[in-house]
Amino acid sequence: MLAMNYRGPHRVRADYDMPYPEILHPQDAIVKVLRSCICGSDLHLYHGLVPDTRVGSTFGHEFIGEIVDVGSAIQNLKTGDRVMVPFNIACGKCAFCRQELYGNCHESNPGATAVGGIFGYSHTAGGYNGGQAEYVRVPYADVGPVVIPEWMHADDAVLLTDVVPTGYQAAEMGGIQPGDTVVVFGAGPIGIMAAKCSWLFGAGRVIIIDHIDYRLEFAEKYAQCEAFNFNSIGDPVVFLKTITDSLGADVCIDAVGCEAAGNAVNTLTGRRMLLQGGSTTALHWAINGVKKGGIVSIVGVYGPIDSLIPIGNVVNKGITIRANQASVKRLLPRLIEHVESGVLDPKGLITHKVPLEEVSDAYHIFSSKLDNCIKAVLIPPSANQ
Amino acid sequence: MMTDQTSPQDFRNDRMGKYSHIKGWGIDINPSNDPTYPIKKRNNAEHEGYVWERPQQQEETVEILQSVERPNITAVYGTARPPSGLSGMIRRLAYQYSESSYGRWLPLVLADRIQVAEGILEDFSKGYIPNIPKEIGMKSDWKYNKKAFFTKLTIGALLVAVAVVAVMSPSADKSEKLS
Repeated sequence: MLAMNYRGPHRVRADYDMPYPEILHPQDAIVKVLRSCICGSDLHLYHGLVPDTRVGSTFGHEFIGEIVDVGSAIQNLKTGDRVMVPFNIACGKCAFCRQELYGNCHESNPGATAVGGIFGYSHTAGGYNGGQAEYVRVPYADVGPVVIPEWMHADDAVLLTDVVPTGYQAAEMGGIQPGDTVVVFGAGPIGIMAAKCSWLFGAGRVIIIDHIDYRLEFAEKYAQCEAFNFNSIGDPVVFLKTITDSLGADVCIDAVGCEAAGNAVNTLTGRRMLLQGGSTTALHWAINGVKKGGIVSIVGVYGPIDSLIPIGNVVNKGITIRANQASVKRLLPRLIEHVESGVLDPKGLITHKVPLEEVSDAYHIFSSKLDNCIKAVLIPPSANQ
Repeated sequence: MMTDQTSPQDFRNDRMGKYSHIKGWGIDINPSNDPTYPIKKRNNAEHEGYVWERPQQQEETVEILQSVERPNITAVYGTARPPSGLSGMIRRLAYQYSESSYGRWLPLVLADRIQVAEGILEDFSKGYIPNIPKEIGMKSDWKYNKKAFFTKLTIGALLVAVAVVAVMSPSADKSEKLS
């Protein structure tokens, strides 16, 4: 079958000789992929920043598709069902799943305890092939996947598998109170969605910071927020204090993660030499830019190696840090309501629809911020049959 | 019922209800002091013990590298690329260290880079010549970023030229004559 094939940093190809997935467990299903996105966090894999990313793997943790085969223990799904598949692989039985921490399942990733299983996200996250393919194996198919409502557009559905829940949970973890000032670092799809969702929690002011002008312009319109380029505001922390009565924001959201720009030392040690779990520049600014007693919410992805952050300031300012992978299954019922009512318009983020055969160019366009790309969706040829 | 290899008693906090000897135990309990809300749905796991009826175990058909912080292989796992070759040997060594150790992660990064070379050799062994310009998306550079396209083209040409010069160098000729 056709699937994306990782060959090394900055090298991926569309490979027609990848093996078809098989049912390996009674709770598996095989899904024929209809849409699959490239996520900003896929770029961390693409850039070679995530340890144990093995050559020959297929990425892709944001996808929807049609059930074409089910294991013997599957009761809630049948062939022909069109489903959105949360990016976290969750058993639904372990203590963490029962606490609705579906992103922290303890029965889906043998290689690490710190992270649950994630589709197409290296052997550090379980060694599963992902959805940037014609077909994909979906474990615990009775637990995570949700049947796509008849009224829902496929482009909305695919963004409900990660982007929308992660952006929403970023705002939720901010503990936003009515009138709060929220600063979001990163104007990628997750940051834009976090800014948009901050309003749903009653924010009084939402500010987004990035260094890519076209993304800031997009965010300003899509999320109705203030947008600033950190290259033109001097020291971002001083700037934030200046526009927030010198005290800082109530809530800061790190929606950038390990590939943050803006600090040469962090870029060198975190992104080039891999001596940190990534560049922590955005997190620095979040910690230093939030008010005393404020909240920093982290959804940006960092590697497992130690990272340098100003922990002394966290203590002295009394900051609460909240972070997690989004618990997609927990959030989906509410988010489906928001899409149905028109409060959220996920598909409005999509700027590029690319045939899966052109996956190399899609990755490069997204990675290099070419052609004003915000969100790229891959469409397998079999999706049109 | 399948159970974890670790005894459930190992997880239990069996001091619950046995705090009468601690003066003032619990008098300042405040249930709303919970920064995990609403992300974590609290149940009684903290007191009952983090035990669960495990899902059926996926049959072990490939080599799986397991975290030393786990007592078992998870009920399901991915089979994308089992370890192999030199990179696989390094990965096996790396997994002997805990997730809190540089010994775990830095060798894995090294293995990842080595496997890039192994991947090229694997392609050749199958009679496939990788189209690296296509794999790195140079077509999109040509379309949207001509400067990057010509920069990469120049670097590529220089690398090829250096390789050709190295192969054709006098030292290569000399060793050939000596033999």
